[in-house]
Amino acid sequence: MSLKTPLARAQGLGSAKSGAMHFWHQRATAVALVPLTIWFVYVVVRFTGAELYEVKHFFANPINASLMLIFVLAGLYHMTLGVQVIIEDYIHREGTKLALFVLNQFAGLALAVVCTIAILRLAL
Amino acid sequence: MAEQKAASRPLSPHLQIYRWPITMGTSILHRVTGFGLALGALLLTWWLVAAALGPDAYATFQALAYGWFGRLVLFGFTLALVFHALNGVRHLFWDLGYGFQMHTANRSGIAVYAVTIVLTWIIWAGAYFAMGKL
Repeated sequence: MSLKTPLARAQGLGSAKSGAMHFWHQRATAVALVPLTIWFVYVVVRFTGAELYEVKHFFANPINASLMLIFVLAGLYHMTLGVQVIIEDYIHREGTKLALFVLNQFAGLALAVVCTIAILRLAL
Repeated sequence: MAEQKAASRPLSPHLQIYRWPITMGTSILHRVTGFGLALGALLLTWWLVAAALGPDAYATFQALAYGWFGRLVLFGFTLALVFHALNGVRHLFWDLGYGFQMHTANRSGIAVYAVTIVLTWIIWAGAYFAMGKL
């Protein structure tokens, strides 16, 4: 999906990068995270001091496991996009910036994989 | 050769000189809390992994999370999460073009601070209630 105007596309001008999609994904995840965060806070409060079997029982319900998975993945994606903006704002050496971009993407992806496996293991 | 000299002309004031407007405070805090929550993601991952690994790992997590230092860290993350969520909604309204008037932006900023404190207090009261300590 391109958000360029037809004129800009025809002229071949404009940003060579993908700032519009970054902006859009940041907002889309933000909107999704509003209700998900309310649910997440409710879950954490409810299970404060709970035994492990109670937590497992909660995740055994596929709706709860799905919601937690969606919350974690949306949150980590939102996080990766946000940290990228911080890197762009403060790191001006191209090499360092590129290295931090890759590190940021790997960190987000690694956490997503680890959380997904943990949630699936609790759910199944 | 150009030499480094103290300029005799008046210079623009800098960060330390300005009286911080409310919108400047909330803007900087949005970034700080956002980055803080990225570290909080590590804690959430630890909780999920500990639960998935079994009773021993979960007991270790609980022992650290319920200690005074764990509580302090979790309280900080609660404040950060609530602030970032509320101020994020404020940003979404701005993205739609609402709330840009100076007095509106100032009032919504103060509202975010106030609601953050109230909600954090309610969440912690709820957590202590869930533990049966309230």
